[in-house]
Amino acid sequence: MSSMKRWLPHPDVSAVLLIVWLLLNHTVSIGHLLLGTALGILIPKFTKRFFPEPVFIKRGTVLIRFAATVVWDILVASIAVARLTLDPRSRPAPRFVRVPVSLADDFALTALAGTVSLTPGTVSAQLSADRRHLLVHVLDLDDESALIQDIKQRYEAPIKEIFQC
Amino acid sequence: MFEFVSAILILLGASFALIGSIGLVRFPDIYTRLHGPTKVTTLGLGGLLLGSMFYMFLQGEGVAVRELLIIGFLFLTAPVSAHLVAKAALHRRCQSVCGLPDRDAES
Repeated sequence: MSSMKRWLPHPDVSAVLLIVWLLLNHTVSIGHLLLGTALGILIPKFTKRFFPEPVFIKRGTVLIRFAATVVWDILVASIAVARLTLDPRSRPAPRFVRVPVSLADDFALTALAGTVSLTPGTVSAQLSADRRHLLVHVLDLDDESALIQDIKQRYEAPIKEIFQC
Repeated sequence: MFEFVSAILILLGASFALIGSIGLVRFPDIYTRLHGPTKVTTLGLGGLLLGSMFYMFLQGEGVAVRELLIIGFLFLTAPVSAHLVAKAALHRRCQSVCGLPDRDAES
């Protein structure tokens, strides 16, 4: 068990790396299988110190539903930002907003920050040192508490469920 | 006929990429400028890649997983770079049209 842990600190990450390698090369030849396996073993080994805890996705179905929501929101967000960009009369009201977060897992925090950056007029700018607040830059803010509610309900809640933290 | 669909996807993607770049020029400070490239341009590239995928599919090349992978990588890396640029700008106290947040509260 301990030797398995030493060689494969993140077995699921290793599997994903192998699959991505094979897909990138569009083949399942022996050579690429070996090379992909080597990469799958070496990359998690060398990057282990950046994420020492194993990555667990505990609710796959929630993840799929969440991904669909995010893709839809990216579409809506992009159209909104495009409109702000193209309308010469638009005067967006940018603001920094501190969003309280309560996620225990580093991976979940990363996922939340990334999602916030991709969706409606918000870019995550900084995580506070105590990991309780995410500083978010909003392109066009009209209601701060509604925005915080939205982020918490739409993104934080499902992420919490996926990683069970 | 179906080529039409992939042509529309490519045109839409290209227009979004253009609009994202216009946003980069038009908005007043570094923080607002980040919004165009992270969201709109990413979507534009997604559109271009989907169009290419669809076209390849029609050519009988099968489903092109590479395009899907590129889309995946894009959506993973765009927010990370945006976050880092914003963080660096905050750290250097770059000017903002809306006033910067308290330094002590954040670091």
